[in-house]
Amino acid sequence: MDILDLTAIQLGEKIKKKELTALEATEAALRQISSNESTYHCYVTVDEEKALRRAGQVQEEIEAGRATGPLAGVPVAVKDNICTKGMRTTCSSRILGDFVPTYTASAAEALEGAGAIILGKTNMDEFAMGSTTETSYYGVTKNPWNTEHVPGGSSGGSCAAVAAREAFCALGSDTGGSIRQPSSFCGVTGLKPTYGTVSRYGLIAYGSSLDQIGPVAKDVADCAALLEVLTVYDPKDSTSVRREETDFTSALTGDVKGMRIGIPRDHMGEGLDPQIRASVEQAAKALEEQGAVVEEFDLSLVEYAIPAYYVIASAEASSNLSRFDGVKYGYRTEEYEGLHNMYKKTRSEGFGEEVKRRIMLGSFVLSSGYYDAYYLKALRTKALIKEAFDRAFEKYDVILGPTAPSTAPKLGESLKDPLKMYLGDIYTVSVNLAGLPAMSVPYGIDEQNLPIGVQFIGGSFQEKAVIRAGYALEQTREWHMPGSKKGGR
Amino acid sequence: MANIISDETIDYVGILSKLELSDQEKEQAKKDMGRMLDYIDKLNGLDTSQVEPMSHVFPVHNVFREDVVTNGDVREDILENAPEQKDGQFQVPKTVE
Repeated sequence: MDILDLTAIQLGEKIKKKELTALEATEAALRQISSNESTYHCYVTVDEEKALRRAGQVQEEIEAGRATGPLAGVPVAVKDNICTKGMRTTCSSRILGDFVPTYTASAAEALEGAGAIILGKTNMDEFAMGSTTETSYYGVTKNPWNTEHVPGGSSGGSCAAVAAREAFCALGSDTGGSIRQPSSFCGVTGLKPTYGTVSRYGLIAYGSSLDQIGPVAKDVADCAALLEVLTVYDPKDSTSVRREETDFTSALTGDVKGMRIGIPRDHMGEGLDPQIRASVEQAAKALEEQGAVVEEFDLSLVEYAIPAYYVIASAEASSNLSRFDGVKYGYRTEEYEGLHNMYKKTRSEGFGEEVKRRIMLGSFVLSSGYYDAYYLKALRTKALIKEAFDRAFEKYDVILGPTAPSTAPKLGESLKDPLKMYLGDIYTVSVNLAGLPAMSVPYGIDEQNLPIGVQFIGGSFQEKAVIRAGYALEQTREWHMPGSKKGGR
Repeated sequence: MANIISDETIDYVGILSKLELSDQEKEQAKKDMGRMLDYIDKLNGLDTSQVEPMSHVFPVHNVFREDVVTNGDVREDILENAPEQKDGQFQVPKTVE
């Protein structure tokens, strides 16, 4: 079997058993990167030398019995909005083109602490604003299933890297679906944890009340193992939650007998590709056959999630992105007259269109005279959406539905109509507003040979229910990655 | 469309956003924002009069610690990222005449 076909946990086991070394795994990943990057462009930065040096060190740690976790020696990719000390971190923006962080984000530090080897930083929509990875200043990433299509976004580089076997797993971030939607488009598994589970310290902020870092991997077991490593209480993030029972891999039982699963009718209606609807129905049937109790219900308020999300996310973005001013780091315009002109020119030249659009919308909805009508209205809507989910989780252990209304669109189609692109987040954004955990699991392929993802949503802190259902479903699936020599399972 | 963004409004938003827009960009921004606000106005169909605004889904509290330095002196590293620096400080254009 090709090393590259292994999941992260399988690779970790082989390294532990001395069948492979961390260096061999890293070399294999780097070879795959160098032969495929000109086609897919998953990464903004790859640091070969650093990765190889680190692989040697990790191998020594393993041999000395100091690195014993399941991810020791596994080469990983990290989204380029997660700070890595000494490794350029751009947020796929011109304004951070030469920014080299002086510290490592807590999530990346946790990953390294578990013996993972960071290969490089993955491409994304600029400042995570977008659904296609086409707003990156450093060029588009292509979907490894079909290079005429987008990988989704904003964590498109992370998801494409895992699908193209240019990393064994990756970190993404999810503000409105940015882990789950590209995971569904690239045929990989991506999990957004409950808000507060993974530290945001060192994650370059977009919408702080919505942002969560989470794992992108080849399967559910890898996601669970990564989540165990990433779940650390962090005093450096004031929204970090002290979690109990973080043994997420214990939910990999395959047993869903008696599990109550709800399918929101309002996630299965108008606007959903019939092929994706069929995949969700097949998934429901497969779980039912294993003893789960599946029924449809009305979640309600679905049409209000996107407008509320764009008000809140843009408002927070307008505030968060005010730090980019050409003084402390990043790009500064060449010619200017005085301080204010320098700020304005720097930001106008440094930010792309989509980022400017959201900063302006955010500034507007926060401005005096509009704050109540837009911002507070959106926060009230968010409270109602949270209540609707709370009611649903009184009846169900987990909610099942589609991750996105369509499979990956062609390159160049989405940015023509931003509002239409925003509507693609319809099944994912409400989860961020309510702070819930959710996972996209590949299930089915459409007639264009593009992967379909189904989404499991859990109640607050109920990652285990999501993992349990996702893992059971995965066992019923035939699957392999594009370019993989043998079936993945 | 229902929301017409005036020149004054877009200029004001430009000031708040610290962005300099060309005339063409302004026209596009007026159109985009008007269209987005039309869409956001959908929220008006929802009765929220009895609902408190929710900024965080969980109760969040300030996290305090003793005011002691725990990291080392990284001034040089931080300044490395500055577009311009002088005498161990960030350099900005002259702000006071």
